[in-house]
Amino acid sequence: MSGLALQNVVKEFGSFRAVNNVELNVPHGTFVCMLGPSGCGKTTLLRMIAGLDLPTGGAIRLDGEDITHVPTHKRNLGMVFQSLALFPHLTVGENIAYPLRIRGAAKEDQKKRVDELLSMIHLTGYADRPVAKLSGGQRQRVAIARALAISPKLFLLDEPLSALDAKLREAMQVELRQLQQKLGITTIVVTHDQREAMTMADTVVVMNGGEIRQAASPIEIYRRPADSFVADFIGQTNLLEVQADSAGRVEVLGQPIAGLALPAGASKGTLSVRPEDVHLTAPGAGALSGKVTFVRDLGGTIETFVDIAGRQIVAVSTPRARPDVTVGQEVGIALTPDVCVVLKK
Amino acid sequence: MRREPPQKLGDYAPLLFPAAMLTIFFVVPFGTMIAVSFFQRLQGGFYTPAFVFDNYARFLSAFFGGVLGFSLFLAITVAICCVVLALPFTYMLTRMGRKVQVVWLVALLSILSLSEVIIGFAWSTLFSRTAGITNILVALGIMSEAKALTPSFGAVLTGMVYQAFPYTVLVLFPALVRLDPTLTEAARTLGASPLKAFFTVVVPALRNTITATLIMVFIFALGSYLLPQLLGRPQHWTLSVLITDQAIYQSNMPFAAAMAVFLVLVTLGLVALTVIAGRKGEAA
Repeated sequence: MSGLALQNVVKEFGSFRAVNNVELNVPHGTFVCMLGPSGCGKTTLLRMIAGLDLPTGGAIRLDGEDITHVPTHKRNLGMVFQSLALFPHLTVGENIAYPLRIRGAAKEDQKKRVDELLSMIHLTGYADRPVAKLSGGQRQRVAIARALAISPKLFLLDEPLSALDAKLREAMQVELRQLQQKLGITTIVVTHDQREAMTMADTVVVMNGGEIRQAASPIEIYRRPADSFVADFIGQTNLLEVQADSAGRVEVLGQPIAGLALPAGASKGTLSVRPEDVHLTAPGAGALSGKVTFVRDLGGTIETFVDIAGRQIVAVSTPRARPDVTVGQEVGIALTPDVCVVLKK
Repeated sequence: MRREPPQKLGDYAPLLFPAAMLTIFFVVPFGTMIAVSFFQRLQGGFYTPAFVFDNYARFLSAFFGGVLGFSLFLAITVAICCVVLALPFTYMLTRMGRKVQVVWLVALLSILSLSEVIIGFAWSTLFSRTAGITNILVALGIMSEAKALTPSFGAVLTGMVYQAFPYTVLVLFPALVRLDPTLTEAARTLGASPLKAFFTVVVPALRNTITATLIMVFIFALGSYLLPQLLGRPQHWTLSVLITDQAIYQSNMPFAAAMAVFLVLVTLGLVALTVIAGRKGEAA
């Protein structure tokens, strides 16, 4: 198979399992974002793919070849570190040429390739500058160019944009994605920023506790989360307890709602509904009813907090569809089955 | 906390004590020595105040020049050996666990507590024919018969490197601890074997530290006086030995002072050259 395959990969530090039985296929040319809270094992997994850490179990294959125990420097990959790890004693050009120099490329070829890469990252003419004189965004680009200098089979990035300010980060996300599509290189990014993952990835891998909770396209992860952890971690959501009543219908906060089904064999579950899918109606008209406790008017969107029997639900709408509600008002809430996802408890 | 520059004269008070100590115990004796180096020597170990260059002129003979050359050569060799041995060692040490580090550092510090005399006699025993390490080699069948390894240049070098090694490690340690470990990891992902990564990233990134360490060990070794006598032949004696000989046994204070001043000047000159060369290398 062409691409990267993780087979039953395990990493233990003493008695602690940092990565637990991870199975993942990354087809050639895809962009994968590994997403999860800190300590979920995503960085450890990336380091094992790079060969900087050795798995305690399982295998890693690249284009069908077992590379589990191939030393890092023979894997022909490119990696961007969170700290960027640019060599302080070398200039921009020397940094980018480093992987070529190590492989004994001719001086002219090195220079040609460096010029190519510098124009790719829009830093033409910067070759002789010391890296200390660059701005954060420029260093970021240099680190990316250095990692791509040998046209690696695999491009790995560990929280690459976390040091940049919010605006620059958003711009770099788009740039990185466009670059990856142009080069068609298999890319794996570790991030804890879900916006970053949604912007760039073909496949988002959500991890928690050393395990993959879901691996799917961004929109699928958003629309059809596999469990309540994924639903809560990706975007905002309202999570409500649901259970089957005596007639087998699904009850939300004591109100039966038609068209919903619990996972097979379960009598309880969690319902996830995105705030933008919650619609406010006249009191008594919706499936549920409650009282408005707070209205956050952000200009572009309006968030309405509704208290239903002690549970809080957030509804988001645009100003055009502005619900004319005030704090303390009774409202109804419409829940249609197509926007609700019932998850396993 | 922001550091304010001193405002009042009283703020300089903490500097008074060290300044006074330095003046009384270093500047004054050194000044006296410079003065004495120009004095006229009298028969019977006395000297009178004068301003003559005889002492310096005598120093510029082939014999004393040779000893100065050997002293510098020995100190430079010791400095290079120490850094070449200590750099990889300290690099490995910084990548080990905290407990291992503590054990090694305590062991190295305990070497520092040994006096030069003990180190000298310990090595002369280890290098002796009757009780030395060659006996182990004979027992292992590597050598046919035990022989004495001292006095020799190798023995002097070994003893001095042994003595200076802990200092070298202790000076290199903080810089290597601060070195970002992802730099070598990055080098490895970019195709450098661990050995290549060490020479293309760790060593160049630590250029200034290495230069400073070389200078420190060089100066430390230049003052060595006991080990060359305990482990070497007379041709391995350093200028420090000759200075002591002149000052104490020949009672020629002015000549001893002149040699000491000359040694200080040559040392400062070499250090300045090294620093300038280092700056030039950086600019290029």
